[in-house]
Amino acid sequence: MTLPVTGPALLPLGIVFGFAFGWLLQRARIADTNVIVAQLRLRDYTLFKVMLTAIIVGGVGIFFLHSGGLAAYHVKPANLAAVAVGAVLFGVGMALYGYCPGTGLAAIGTGSVHALIGAIGMIAGAIAFAFSFDWIKATLLPIAAYGQIRLPDLTGIPDLVWLAAIAAVGFAALFVLDGRRHV
Amino acid sequence: MSASTDITTHAGVRGMRIDWTPYVMGAGIGVLSWIVFVFADDPLGVTTALSAVAGFAAMPFTGADAVWHNSYWAQTVPSLSYGSIFLVGVVLGAFAASVAARQFHVETVPAVWRQRFGNSISLRFGAAFVGGALEMYGARLAGGCASGHGISGTLQLALSSWAFTILMFGTAILVGSLLFGNAGDRR
Repeated sequence: MTLPVTGPALLPLGIVFGFAFGWLLQRARIADTNVIVAQLRLRDYTLFKVMLTAIIVGGVGIFFLHSGGLAAYHVKPANLAAVAVGAVLFGVGMALYGYCPGTGLAAIGTGSVHALIGAIGMIAGAIAFAFSFDWIKATLLPIAAYGQIRLPDLTGIPDLVWLAAIAAVGFAALFVLDGRRHV
Repeated sequence: MSASTDITTHAGVRGMRIDWTPYVMGAGIGVLSWIVFVFADDPLGVTTALSAVAGFAAMPFTGADAVWHNSYWAQTVPSLSYGSIFLVGVVLGAFAASVAARQFHVETVPAVWRQRFGNSISLRFGAAFVGGALEMYGARLAGGCASGHGISGTLQLALSSWAFTILMFGTAILVGSLLFGNAGDRR
């Protein structure tokens, strides 16, 4: 078998990978809006624990797979003005919706009707974006656009040092913030 | 792991244990990202595929021509592809997990929302719709969501993804704290 898989053979993998992702999100308890909102209110750190562990485990693995020629990077361009405006809109939307897009889809599977309504809202948002794309592309996207740049390229600090530092700072912060609730 | 021993001591009254579940499931998502990068040459993500699917949803309202001639859908082509099937898998996987854990339940107004805003289904549905729309518009503007940027992009140490994730959570924490106040603290 040649990798990556392409063509029709990729379709059944879509269902398998999606199934695994949805299963993991539910088991991590982050398909529950109460857990997500508790994270936004800094009362429960479940969401940050899941994301930080995924970033570190995923990051170390992808670094070695990339070094071995088995995985290609897919770095999204740093159009920083659009990224900043998008991040703020997303943050407001996430507080109102109570889910991010992935956990919202997973929540539909667990019986959340309001997650389904929000997903219909997401489709409306996507349609609105598609019809404003020409304008966005002409105005916002070119501002502070630095291309597909990675932190190691920007700083000269090696990948594994970045990942070790993120792990150290992140897990230490989680330990302090989350431990405080138990004391 | 002396740090974890410490927290266990502090939490001693509560039963001498740490809940490892979020770390184990997070590691599982990390391993899944390896597999998906290698086999599908695609980062874990949701909104790129969802915006392709949205092209089909737009057709009854705008006509098919408006979609096929749209410059955004010219680059994110509406099709029944790996990405859209992945989305179906997410719903099915969470469904199976919730049934297996006996946690499946129909939820129209979640507890934390009810404590702050009451029982109105239309208010909750309205907020979910508007929130979903804003979130999606923001995700497309930024090029990814909490999966595409927040996990797949940050683990590749992409500048765009770290900028997005930090600013996004900063905003969500601020707005979420203002919006919900102390709701959720009462049981």
